[in-house]
Amino acid sequence: MARGVLRRLAEIAVVLVVVSVGTFALVDLTPGDPAIAVLGEGHPPEEYAALRDEMGLGDPFLVRYGRWLGAALHGDLGTSLIPPNSDVAERIAAALPVSAEVAVLGLVMALVVSIPLAMWSAYHADGRVDRVVSAGTFGVLSVPSFLAGLLIIMVFSNQLGWFPRAEWVRLGEGLGGNLYHAFLPALTIALAETAMFTRILRGDLITTLQEDFILAAKAKGMSPVRVLFSDALRPSSFSLITLLGISLGRLIGSTVIVEYLFALPGMGTLIIGSADKGDFPMVQGAVLVVALIYVLANALIDLSYGYLDPRIRRAHV
Amino acid sequence: MSDFVEFTGPAGSRGRGRYLSWPGLGLAVPGLALAALAPAALPGPGWLSLLAFAVGLGLAYAGLVRLGRGVFGGSFDLMFWLCLAWLVVLVSAAVLAPMLPLGEYHDIAKTIDAPAMAPPALFSEHPLGTNNFGLDLLARVLYGARASLLVSIGAVAIGMAVGGAIGILAGYFRRLTDTAVGVATNSLLAVPPLILLIALGTVLEPNLRNIAIALSLLALPSMIRMARAATLTFAQREFVLAATAMGASRWRVMGRELLPNVLLPLASYGMVIVSVLIVAEASLSFLGLGIQAPDPSWGNMIAEGEGNAFQDHPHIVLVPGVTLFLTVFAFNLIGEKARKRWDPRQAKL
Repeated sequence: MARGVLRRLAEIAVVLVVVSVGTFALVDLTPGDPAIAVLGEGHPPEEYAALRDEMGLGDPFLVRYGRWLGAALHGDLGTSLIPPNSDVAERIAAALPVSAEVAVLGLVMALVVSIPLAMWSAYHADGRVDRVVSAGTFGVLSVPSFLAGLLIIMVFSNQLGWFPRAEWVRLGEGLGGNLYHAFLPALTIALAETAMFTRILRGDLITTLQEDFILAAKAKGMSPVRVLFSDALRPSSFSLITLLGISLGRLIGSTVIVEYLFALPGMGTLIIGSADKGDFPMVQGAVLVVALIYVLANALIDLSYGYLDPRIRRAHV
Repeated sequence: MSDFVEFTGPAGSRGRGRYLSWPGLGLAVPGLALAALAPAALPGPGWLSLLAFAVGLGLAYAGLVRLGRGVFGGSFDLMFWLCLAWLVVLVSAAVLAPMLPLGEYHDIAKTIDAPAMAPPALFSEHPLGTNNFGLDLLARVLYGARASLLVSIGAVAIGMAVGGAIGILAGYFRRLTDTAVGVATNSLLAVPPLILLIALGTVLEPNLRNIAIALSLLALPSMIRMARAATLTFAQREFVLAATAMGASRWRVMGRELLPNVLLPLASYGMVIVSVLIVAEASLSFLGLGIQAPDPSWGNMIAEGEGNAFQDHPHIVLVPGVTLFLTVFAFNLIGEKARKRWDPRQAKL
């Protein structure tokens, strides 16, 4: 077990180094001169040269990378190119909780809806409800999140006026207001996730429900609800964790889009706004942080398999 | 697996129940008529004609399913054929778009006299309406389809060629090549897809070629892994051993023996991932980092309706939105069938 964990950690370290090199190399791919991007045009050439010196752009790639990485490891991700030239790390620290909250809320909503839905569908497989759920989830999966978000905004905030748009209340300013403002964004995220979870969990439960121990539980006279929740769901929790791993990338993507749609002050808005203006220190820092979180979360999910299922511990590690 | 088996069906079961289903025809014809006439002919509020349209479509679908089962046998899958028909119509209209009698899609200077924000009216000059510059939405949807499909299918082609080659090399040579390729794919997968696209969008000029290359990076890791996995299994097989024993060079073994076997799962995965890439391109364009207006793409057309335009003129969002949905749905459904049929991992299920 310990050796496997160590190997996995080494792999993660290598991947993170490659990702950071790639992120850093973004600057070198930029078509324009970074100095012009910072100062704007129309300055005397000496000023550009001085700034380029100051930014250390003349140094070889590896030297610059080492300097950047060293600073990044100390929590210094540089400053934004766009006035007011705020500190990248500070901006990210302010934006990250918003994204995390919306994403987690969406995930929780998806789980709360999809687990009973999948159970009903699996228990009455090929029944009327099951067929409607299957067709419905397949349809929902074909709606891109930005389109779903736009439709949700149109119905719930524009037509019905139930929820505000483009406002945000921080968690510190009151839980009620915060949840109220986070509801629609989380709902948008939850839509696609619910569809995905329901489909996979349904398939998994159908297999589990054919096992002998389910038959035994039924024969003992246990109620269907009890059979489903206490006997069938536990073996399927394994595939729920797999699902979490698979859907993490999409979850981050839809969080980005939803933040942009609802104008929430999260990572997505930060990245898109900076990408639009060519503010690459900000983009670099944000991409690095998101990639770090993504890689670590995936590694945790991988490791949790071994923890949950002893067979995997022996086979793989 | 099951529904595809039903779909192909043994020839015997097909011939058995061939008859013209009169109830099916009776449902389909009025249903189609209702759906076709509802938006144009029915007076009253918008939601009423919308409801009539939906009911008509539902009736027509139910009728056509019965009709199809009667004529082609019980395993007839109408949704599959509808999806295929939609894709065929869309692709041929997109390919032929320059030759079709469409309105102006791109040049604002030519549409000064055209009505702005005209609502859809099927038999008018602008069947799907116009946007706030008076540009014709039907034309824009079709030219947007050209861009979307070109970029997505191009990205799949790049991903298949590059990913297939790298995967075969990694799976055949193993050792150091395999490790290096593994690290590279893991690193590509370490950045969430949309974040990767946005990061590339920061630095790359947003033209069709660059967007296709950026999108192909999303398809690449899975392509490499599938090609590698297929190569690992096929490299153990007797025909590869036979080729090696007859003195075939390593390149010949990879090109003539392994490649044809690796290609099939890659192609079926390509079908599945096209819809993911179409959505990715649309998202990127929606965020303003992909195809730039005035050149149409479904994503930036939907972005035009953000804010108040959507409130007063829902067709600005709904026309490209419904087109995008139908296309993604069709690719998903057909891809799902293809995957169930050809994916070796699914075959045993």
